[in-house]
Amino acid sequence: MKRQTFLRTGLATLSIAAMAAMSACAGSDSSGSEGGGSGSETITIGFSQVGAESGWRAANTKDIQDTLTEENGFKLSFSDAQQKQENQIQALRSYIAQGVDVLAFSPVVETGWDAVLQEAKSANIPVILTDRAVDTTDDTLFASFIGSDFIEEGQRAGDWVVENLDKDLKVVELQGTTGSAPAIDRKEGFGKAIEGTDIEIIDSQTGDFTRAGGKQVMEGFLNSHDDIDLVFAHNDDMGLGAIEAIEAAGKKPGEDIKIVTIDAVKDGMQALVDGKINYIVECNPLLGEDLAEIAKKVVAGESVEKRIVVEDAAFTQDEAAEVLADRTY
Amino acid sequence: MTRIYKHRLFWPAIALLALLLACTIKRPDILGISVLDGHLFGAPIDILRNSSPLLLVAVGMTLVIATRGIDLSVGATVAISGAVALTFIASSANPGSAGTAVGAVIVALGLCLILGAFNGVLVANFGIQPIVATLILMTAGRGVAMLITNGQITTVNSAPFSKLASGYVLGLPVAAIIAYGVFAVVALVVRRTALGMLLEAVGINPEASRLSGVKSRTLVFTVYVLCGLLSGLAGLIFAGNTMAADANNAGLFIELDAILAVVIGGTSLAGGKFNLAGTMIGVLIITTLSLAVTVLGVSPLVTSLFKAIVVIAVTLMMSTRLRAMLGSLRERRRYQEVGA
Repeated sequence: MKRQTFLRTGLATLSIAAMAAMSACAGSDSSGSEGGGSGSETITIGFSQVGAESGWRAANTKDIQDTLTEENGFKLSFSDAQQKQENQIQALRSYIAQGVDVLAFSPVVETGWDAVLQEAKSANIPVILTDRAVDTTDDTLFASFIGSDFIEEGQRAGDWVVENLDKDLKVVELQGTTGSAPAIDRKEGFGKAIEGTDIEIIDSQTGDFTRAGGKQVMEGFLNSHDDIDLVFAHNDDMGLGAIEAIEAAGKKPGEDIKIVTIDAVKDGMQALVDGKINYIVECNPLLGEDLAEIAKKVVAGESVEKRIVVEDAAFTQDEAAEVLADRTY
Repeated sequence: MTRIYKHRLFWPAIALLALLLACTIKRPDILGISVLDGHLFGAPIDILRNSSPLLLVAVGMTLVIATRGIDLSVGATVAISGAVALTFIASSANPGSAGTAVGAVIVALGLCLILGAFNGVLVANFGIQPIVATLILMTAGRGVAMLITNGQITTVNSAPFSKLASGYVLGLPVAAIIAYGVFAVVALVVRRTALGMLLEAVGINPEASRLSGVKSRTLVFTVYVLCGLLSGLAGLIFAGNTMAADANNAGLFIELDAILAVVIGGTSLAGGKFNLAGTMIGVLIITTLSLAVTVLGVSPLVTSLFKAIVVIAVTLMMSTRLRAMLGSLRERRRYQEVGA
């Protein structure tokens, strides 16, 4: 009995020590940021990323972490929401509590942000949205939105299809995460581009922006339709998943079934060069530079533009072969 | 006839057939199998292949549940296994060689064995409640996987490794051969030896079985180790499927699917009697459901609702109490008719 009590006390002491050690780490972190925020030039910035769901996101994360460095005058607190809105709201609240100078995040979904953004506003912390927008009636809740125009991306993909492929096409669409801005807008843009033509979307299903999702949905499409001419995937990763499903079905991706995607990450570009994808509209993940500039301006109290559209390119197979070696992501 | 009707696998089997029938009505030739490049191809083959990871996890889960336990950490184990294997391949000098692929498999399975043993020790030796003990790894596991992959999605090209998920032997998918092979071996071992009975004894009354000489601790420890190992195998197939280790999404919620498959298959969460064949039917229902969503063209907005409705229908059909209530209702009506 006595021994057991001793053991328990020992374990309890150990766990308290561990907790103390962990909070000590966190403590040193925050004290550093406070020092930076009040006195010197350093800007503390809390960034909540969507997750690590695709190659694009990985490139985006890397760019932000590489740009917002201490040498460039930033103290970055980075958190990964693992594609859950509640994680993101929690992260934002903790950044507000820590009193960061600037909040930045890529919202997982479009709606449901008013409450937490209101809290940020009450605490006088400017909010910068990156990559994805929020759907809110009160646009004083955020300072600026940096990102690509997703409707434009979808439309460019559609325009290329209308101009370069047969006039009469049966298209299946692999949608992104249901309810997310890129999924809604790319679908809309593509739909707008093919409106009034004989190109028809015969089926559309979400693949959640992941390879596994794209592959599984594409298998289902191949089983339920014989006459698919084209796959429009809302990102490269789902397109890459679709390639595997098409190959498993004994067809040639890029020839028997054409593929058009959006993003232009490395694996996608490689598949484009290999002839398995036909056209990719780029969605530029290198937002770090713009974010740094806007953050500096809002902290200095200068006015900033509400909407900053990032320059996107687009690639055919030949164009991709030329630029592949020079791309950083 | 009434005996078939009362068999506990009758309703799950009917549900599976109904799902397949619904797909067939929408698309008459969906169940057709053709030969393509020397292997079989078609929706039934896709179902077999796609059900492999879930079947592996669910077999382990069935045995764990039979001992009155539960393993919530299987999804995290799936993620870790894939992350370890692909990181191993990515960091090796010769990613495409068969030796590297074999090494990756051994390292990943070895680690998953240890993870299973960790759960086993917590539950069997320290007597921590299974749901709490495995919750630890469920929460921490994805973090470990993220640590291994550095927060990135690790992608590699290794033809031998991708064979695990996409390859074919004798015209059948390798993944399905592994999963259904493991299923057959486990079923044979637990049903042809006393092992199955001992597991049930531990699940029904651990204390009584210990007093009558059953080594319940060792048994409980073993099922958690086996569950970890099978989840690891599932993780390899998962990773091989897309050749990408996605620490966030690989095997996400597979623990819930596996528990669901076990329950649909007629194994009680209270432990004791278990039914591996039922688990297999449960797994097939869940996999077919995903296919049905695409084939029937269910809108992405209501996919989860559609799945939930099917699941609740199956579980309600299986409820003996509900059936008894319906039966007595019918009796009463007949009685009233006679009376009038």
